[in-house]
Amino acid sequence: MIANLLNGDNVVFTGVNIILAWGVYLSLMTGTLTFAMAAFMAIGAYVAGVLTVNFGWPLAPAALAGMAACFFGGLMVGFPALRVRGLLLMLVTTGVTFSVQVGIENIEYVGGVQGIRGLSGTTPAIVAGSVFVIGGLLWILSHSPLQRIFDAAREDESVAASLGINIVFVRVAGFAVGAALAGYAGVLWGHYVFFIAPQNFGILESVFFALFVVLGGVNNMWGPVFGAVIITLVPEIAREFGSGFAEYRQLFFFGVLVVLLLFRSQGVLSFRTISLKAPIKGLRPVTSVSEERADD
Amino acid sequence: MAEVLGAKDLHLSYGPINAVRGVSFHLDEGETIAVIGANGAGKTTIMRGLSALIKPKSGEISFLGEPLGRRKTSDLARAGMLHIPEGRGTIGGLTVLENLRVAYDIRPNDTAFAAALEPVFNHFPRLSERSSQRAGSLSGGEQQMLALARALINPPRVLLVDEPSLGLSPVMVKEAYQALAGFQSSGMSVMLVEQNVRMALRLADRAYVLQQGEIVLEGPSDDLLSKPEVLDAYLGSHG
Repeated sequence: MIANLLNGDNVVFTGVNIILAWGVYLSLMTGTLTFAMAAFMAIGAYVAGVLTVNFGWPLAPAALAGMAACFFGGLMVGFPALRVRGLLLMLVTTGVTFSVQVGIENIEYVGGVQGIRGLSGTTPAIVAGSVFVIGGLLWILSHSPLQRIFDAAREDESVAASLGINIVFVRVAGFAVGAALAGYAGVLWGHYVFFIAPQNFGILESVFFALFVVLGGVNNMWGPVFGAVIITLVPEIAREFGSGFAEYRQLFFFGVLVVLLLFRSQGVLSFRTISLKAPIKGLRPVTSVSEERADD
Repeated sequence: MAEVLGAKDLHLSYGPINAVRGVSFHLDEGETIAVIGANGAGKTTIMRGLSALIKPKSGEISFLGEPLGRRKTSDLARAGMLHIPEGRGTIGGLTVLENLRVAYDIRPNDTAFAAALEPVFNHFPRLSERSSQRAGSLSGGEQQMLALARALINPPRVLLVDEPSLGLSPVMVKEAYQALAGFQSSGMSVMLVEQNVRMALRLADRAYVLQQGEIVLEGPSDDLLSKPEVLDAYLGSHG
């Protein structure tokens, strides 16, 4: 059964979803739960797709262009949109997904609702390598001062500002880098499936990408990986049990999800990586600690 | 002495509610002032205005000789203003050590982090025991110590403390005020707002009495302390 799962399709789709989950995670880490990821995935896929198909660019520079477009798109949406918080922000990011989808449907140059054909070049090795590189960068991030700056900015804006942290900058940067990751995932996905159309990048996809992180855990980089792998592969595993089961797999899957979130709402993997290890050698309190305990 | 922080005819409001109406005061270098007043007098609002967390409706604030203008809270923090808000200014999800590190990183510092920790842990031994715990898991008193320790690890020019005694046991209140006295004697300019009038007046050089958003009385702390009947008239019963 496991052997059946290790095929090119699954490696690519799982890897793409891991990158998307990390995009959501980066945005969430800086305080923005985003439902705009499908939109940025679309922008990345379309920008790179036009460059490779219509202009004959190689995949690598086209991918960079796709990511850059998403990064600047993220900045443009982020500066005005991130003034709002919570539910309103979810609505705004949902609106971004709808707008981009409808917008692409109306651009004749990229085929409208018909989409673009002929995207190719992504291999399972490229996807796997990308996951390792991005994962490595995130690992470095989570052991750097940036991690605690992000955590502080997310947790308490007033206190973080009093600690010299520029909240707007942190939030917009996290959102834009997350958007660039989603764009890169879109590039990889589009150039594997050959054919992309606006209906591939709807609000349901955005919700799924957010779900990867919510299910897996929001406090560390491994939670999103776990969520993405499980949500991508469980339907495939279920398929192995035969068509009788397959009809019920969505029901089963979302049932498990509901139960899980009821009992473990912080996600499956919710530990936090501490960015600074104690104790620093040679530091001991000089005065003895008074025994009285103030319980307040 | 040079003025490090001042306000002229400052008006602050939350929407239609005018919380602070035409307040003027100044804090000189190395001085400690207290703003005292009952609940709802506008003390916290003044602090939030000074650190640019809310924009003044009118009036002027100057910090280190320059008008505040449109400067952001984070800019002011890096320029040397430390605002410890009411109810502990710590990040609960970070460990004690990470909280200190973030505070240390605000401004370039000649002292290495490990060396900067030494006075902090001498002052607050409890923090060194708890250095790898989440700040959110500390007791209220320990969190207030951690918030005050931010002023020690990378000393600001001006320290704004909002109700350091709020919700603390008498032992912890004493400890918090000892820490503030330490900052004071190191030459830091301190402004605190308090309901705990007696503690605040004993520490401060001068004080302003705030009532319903207006300053109704000001003067050297000793003068105010010697006229408890006047304070009572403005503040009601107090500790």
